[in-house]
Amino acid sequence: MSAPTLKPTKPWKLTSKQRALIVGNLVIAAIISYLIVLATPMKGRLAYLSIFFIATILINFSENYFKRGLAAAKDSVATSFAAAGLIIAVVPIFSILLTIFDRGRAGLNFGLFLHDMKSNGPNDPLNQGGLLHALVGSGIMVGIALLISLPIGILTAIYLTEIKGIYSRPIKFLVQAMSGVPSIVAGLFILSAIVFPITKSSSGLMGGLALSILMIPTIARTSEEVLLLIPNDLREAGVALGGTQWRTISLIVVPAAKSGLITATILGLARVAGETAPLVLVSGGGDAVNANPFQSPMGSLPFYIWKGFTFGTPESIARSWAGIFVLLSLIFILFIAARTLSGSRSKK
Amino acid sequence: MANSGISTPNKRELTTKPRLSDKVFRGVATAGGLSSLVILGLILIFLGYQGFQVLRSEGLGFITGSNWQVMQDNAGNTDLKASTFGIAAMLIGTLLCAALAVSIAVPISVLCALYLTFYAPQFLKKIMVAVIDLMAAFPSILFGMWGFFILMPHVEYWAKLIHKYFSWIPLFKMEIPVYTRSPFVAGVVLAIMIIPIITSVSREIFSQTPLDRIQAAFALGATKWSMIRAVVIPYGKSGVVGGAMLGLGRAMGETVAVYTVLNLVYQINWHVLIGAGGNVASMILLKFGEAGPTETRALMAAGLVLFILTLIVNSIANAIVSRTGGKGR
Repeated sequence: MSAPTLKPTKPWKLTSKQRALIVGNLVIAAIISYLIVLATPMKGRLAYLSIFFIATILINFSENYFKRGLAAAKDSVATSFAAAGLIIAVVPIFSILLTIFDRGRAGLNFGLFLHDMKSNGPNDPLNQGGLLHALVGSGIMVGIALLISLPIGILTAIYLTEIKGIYSRPIKFLVQAMSGVPSIVAGLFILSAIVFPITKSSSGLMGGLALSILMIPTIARTSEEVLLLIPNDLREAGVALGGTQWRTISLIVVPAAKSGLITATILGLARVAGETAPLVLVSGGGDAVNANPFQSPMGSLPFYIWKGFTFGTPESIARSWAGIFVLLSLIFILFIAARTLSGSRSKK
Repeated sequence: MANSGISTPNKRELTTKPRLSDKVFRGVATAGGLSSLVILGLILIFLGYQGFQVLRSEGLGFITGSNWQVMQDNAGNTDLKASTFGIAAMLIGTLLCAALAVSIAVPISVLCALYLTFYAPQFLKKIMVAVIDLMAAFPSILFGMWGFFILMPHVEYWAKLIHKYFSWIPLFKMEIPVYTRSPFVAGVVLAIMIIPIITSVSREIFSQTPLDRIQAAFALGATKWSMIRAVVIPYGKSGVVGGAMLGLGRAMGETVAVYTVLNLVYQINWHVLIGAGGNVASMILLKFGEAGPTETRALMAAGLVLFILTLIVNSIANAIVSRTGGKGR
């Protein structure tokens, strides 16, 4: 007699029969929704989707109820709802990306990156003018914001994680509170503190200052998380070798956290690159390339989009979509860079 | 032995006193850390200082009145006595839109977070978390334009359906059938904007649920749903509330996205489907363009009110979230 041969089973995997059943249920639900829409006055995509959803739930519920009882049936309903939650949350993202790709293409050409709008109105044909001034302005203002926010943000993070002074709890609280400051309030603050009483005119520097208020908390919070991930052994090793705290942190802790700190910086950049409201208030928004942040209004990418949108003609709106396409591509690149850099770290 | 050429080093002094370099470093880092306090304080001081004139002449009426009228005297200057500045309509509009956004976004986000934490296969989870994080980085003008051109026709259709079947609820009543650019549209756009925030906060809280409790529930024969109801929801409830309040704070301060999809009307309007609403931040942006010096001061006072409001909401939210987060570890 031969020993019974046992096939290895994978009980956590769906068998082909279960798979077929799931697909079958969805197909039945689709047919039902199609028939109901045909038979009743309810029309439109909304009707299809909602009936499809209800039908799926009912089919799954009854199947599980007769096979495994009430608890399993309830579980299947909960699963359907959770999946629906994910789908509803994600659909707008894909719709947004698709829209930008679809409408942004019309206004995209090479001249966009070579010309400014000095001699063109927003209503001119799309192959004239461009957004060079906006790119330059955005670059300068975000650069100014970065120059201010990077040291402050990282020092805040170092204070919170390394020094742990008596103020660290209130400061942590304040940094969190600061990340909730509405962008328009940041603009109003620069307006009330500097533009209104002192300079009386808008310039790129003011835009950079307003952006830095929004950037500091992002950099500080992300850097704090990164520094917390550095194992304490490294700090103790540094101190045991006779290093002072300054040398331990500057030569051991910060280099160890370098990629994470760069990620924090990139996230900060992505956070402020698309801010519109403060720039409308304080940067003025010129149409010519202006590389001097201390004088005269300076254009920026969000302002360019904003201007095209508020102008309201088909050409100007097509310009806006092209601007959004460029802006979102930049944010996308920053985001991917941040992800790749932080990917090497172990994620929670 | 003949090693007189080598001098024995002096014994080093052992001390626990911080060196000068450490003192400087600590001082600099503390100064950097205190910058957030300084900036928040300066915002309060400067907005308060610039808005003081208007706030004093209006008194409490600045918050309770809903008139915004700029009067000029004979010389063409703004006459502060004759002008009235009140932001009640805008404040109520802000709260209405934000509350609407939160009540739409919270169920979706919580379900989404539950799916991502407990149901989704690993590959789907990774992709979706990245996609939702990306959405949190979308600039608000993008939501505004997308909301205006793509979403609004759909939302108007939904609004008509809601009006058709639920007009007996006072909130959904309307006398004039104008559905375009209503607080409802703004609420839906804001909801889409804050879904990523609430989802990621909830996901973080849910994933901190103590594993032993989850396993205990499964060992007692619970299905996934009964495990979630018995373990995850009681554990993560207050964290979700905190996340919702973070979303509320964000929704209240949103400017550009609301500006594009909301028709600002200076009138207190509780009927969310009618195309007339208010929002403090958008009002500031709208009025800023042609505002004279005095009106700009009034706008700064409005900004101060908005700042304090969001500060309070955010502080409560952060307190709740950080308290919940600490419990599980």
